[in-house]
Amino acid sequence: MSEAAAVQSTGYNFAYLDEQTKRMIRRAILKAIAVPGYQVPFASREMPLPFGWGTGGIQVTAAIIGADDRLKVIDQGADDTTNAVSIRRFFARTAGVATTTRTTDATLIQTRHRVPETPLGPHQILVYQVPIPEPLRWLEAREAETRRMHGLADYGVMHVKLYEDIAQHGRIATGYDYPVQVGQRYIMAPSPIPKFDNPKMDRCPALQLFGAGREKRIYAVPPHTPVKSLDFEDHPFSVETWSKRCSLCGAGDSYLDEVIMDDTGRRMFVCSDTDYCAERRAAGHRGEGDGA
Amino acid sequence: MYVAVKGGERAIDNAHRLLAEARRGDSQTPELSLAQIDQQLALAVDRVMTEGSVYDRELAALAIKQARGDLIEAIFLLRAYRTTLPRLAVSSPIDTGRMTVRRRISATFKDLPGGQVLGPTFDYTHRLLDFALAAGGGGTEPVATQPGDAAPAEGMPKVASLLDAEGLIEQEAPDAEDASVGDLTREPLEFPADRDLRLQNLARGDEGFLLALAYSTQRGFGRNHPFAGEIRMGEVEIEIVPPELGFPVVIGEVTLTECEMVNQFKGSKTEPPQFTRGYGLACGEAERKAMAMALVDRSLRAEELGEEATAPAQDEEFVLMHSDNVEASGFLQHLKLPHYVDFQAELVMVRQMRAQAGAAGDTTDE
Repeated sequence: MSEAAAVQSTGYNFAYLDEQTKRMIRRAILKAIAVPGYQVPFASREMPLPFGWGTGGIQVTAAIIGADDRLKVIDQGADDTTNAVSIRRFFARTAGVATTTRTTDATLIQTRHRVPETPLGPHQILVYQVPIPEPLRWLEAREAETRRMHGLADYGVMHVKLYEDIAQHGRIATGYDYPVQVGQRYIMAPSPIPKFDNPKMDRCPALQLFGAGREKRIYAVPPHTPVKSLDFEDHPFSVETWSKRCSLCGAGDSYLDEVIMDDTGRRMFVCSDTDYCAERRAAGHRGEGDGA
Repeated sequence: MYVAVKGGERAIDNAHRLLAEARRGDSQTPELSLAQIDQQLALAVDRVMTEGSVYDRELAALAIKQARGDLIEAIFLLRAYRTTLPRLAVSSPIDTGRMTVRRRISATFKDLPGGQVLGPTFDYTHRLLDFALAAGGGGTEPVATQPGDAAPAEGMPKVASLLDAEGLIEQEAPDAEDASVGDLTREPLEFPADRDLRLQNLARGDEGFLLALAYSTQRGFGRNHPFAGEIRMGEVEIEIVPPELGFPVVIGEVTLTECEMVNQFKGSKTEPPQFTRGYGLACGEAERKAMAMALVDRSLRAEELGEEATAPAQDEEFVLMHSDNVEASGFLQHLKLPHYVDFQAELVMVRQMRAQAGAAGDTTDE
């Protein structure tokens, strides 16, 4: 049984939102694409899913999805996590679109906290769910002030924060939602993806859209736009590494989740990107712990 | 096509079936009807209508039933429904001066034209559990009402207008007829926000949050010396002017609670000392909400009135960005969603930092 064949709910417009609202969101998206990394305010709607659970991503997806799209939804890199299932069902139900778990088959991918390992192509759009769109928020709580700082590219405070990290900890102590600069202009929150995924955003051929429903902001990284993770010459940006490989597919180049196996603390490392892992296993790759 | 029907999907289905069962409770107990909720849990319905921003008792009762009595969940249900509704018309401004008053009190004057009308209130009840209610009786005797008890509004001028006649209270000039009123559900809120948007935000805001903020001003965090100038509750007609007719048509009646706070103001370089106003309005009988809203509205006018803004209740961005319980509840509860990718990033980071600190410690200690 396919989700696309699931009974479509009646009484609501295609992809839930009314056309007026979709137009409003599309205007915000176009503006966001025109000014890469700039947070465009939009009149976010109450969705039938709670704020904080992907309503920004859902509204962006709803505004751009077409009947011939193939949608993939992931949370933590996995297609089968409960909220990913819930959002995928929402669109299968309200838009009747085809869904897939294969990264290469998808035309539209909505994600929370990960960028797929498989490189994206120009025919694809990646929609990020964003909880806090403002990269300067933990340094300055006031929106009026942070908007001013972006306007003037007044980013000294961010560099000072990173410098203080190095002075205190010998490294930049940020593991996820690691700030980036887009097209040499705006500092942008990449959403809480691990910094491991930051390099995938750089000059990515796919369009990347970011929706923050509760905070009512949309921003974008157009295809092939340079995205630089902030760093210093003598402390260059680096990503997480593991001494282990994926115990299912043996991958040594993917982001690994740590799974605790028993109460003596035995651990197993597996790909967080479930599709990547499954594809590798289908191609015959095996890890040390497969079948265990 | 391959579809992931894994643990997550089945678990969600089962959880929802359990929820439906828990909602119904013991099937030996008669099921609640929407009419019962509307009539006997009327104040819950009022709160859900107010913060859900839809005046519809039946829908609010349905939301309360569906939400198992969780009012914030019910407010969310109503909001999610509201957002899909088309806008058919914008009503004329309501005139609470023409309210059919069921309750009207003023704390600033002992007596005043139209008098004090207590109406149905918890005030002055002794909060003793009424075991007669538990037995299914008590409090059901019909009240003998005099014709005209629901007071004709014309004989009840607003307290503020009495002060206004003497020039003791700040003037409130109505906006131009064609002036548009902001709508934060259609345009994102930006700062500084005008008072229309602030009031809309407060009207939709969480009662508990506003109550705590208002209370904080009373305890000295941004004190603004309030007096309950007037609280009135009753029915008000809603009029629209269809463009093809050109004259107002009454489309219905709503119950509202309105609170006008009168606040002391020492005056400024440009203004003589006079009283200022804080305004609260809520659907149905929602006196605590309307009063809290009026105090917070006045607090948020600190800058406009040239007062030093130092307290949370005077901080526009702090108040307006955190008043919405649908937003707050969603974001708080999203912490239940998996975060293991981020947590893994933190684990890697903390392990690296500990390894480094350990290595550094070893070399210096030995």
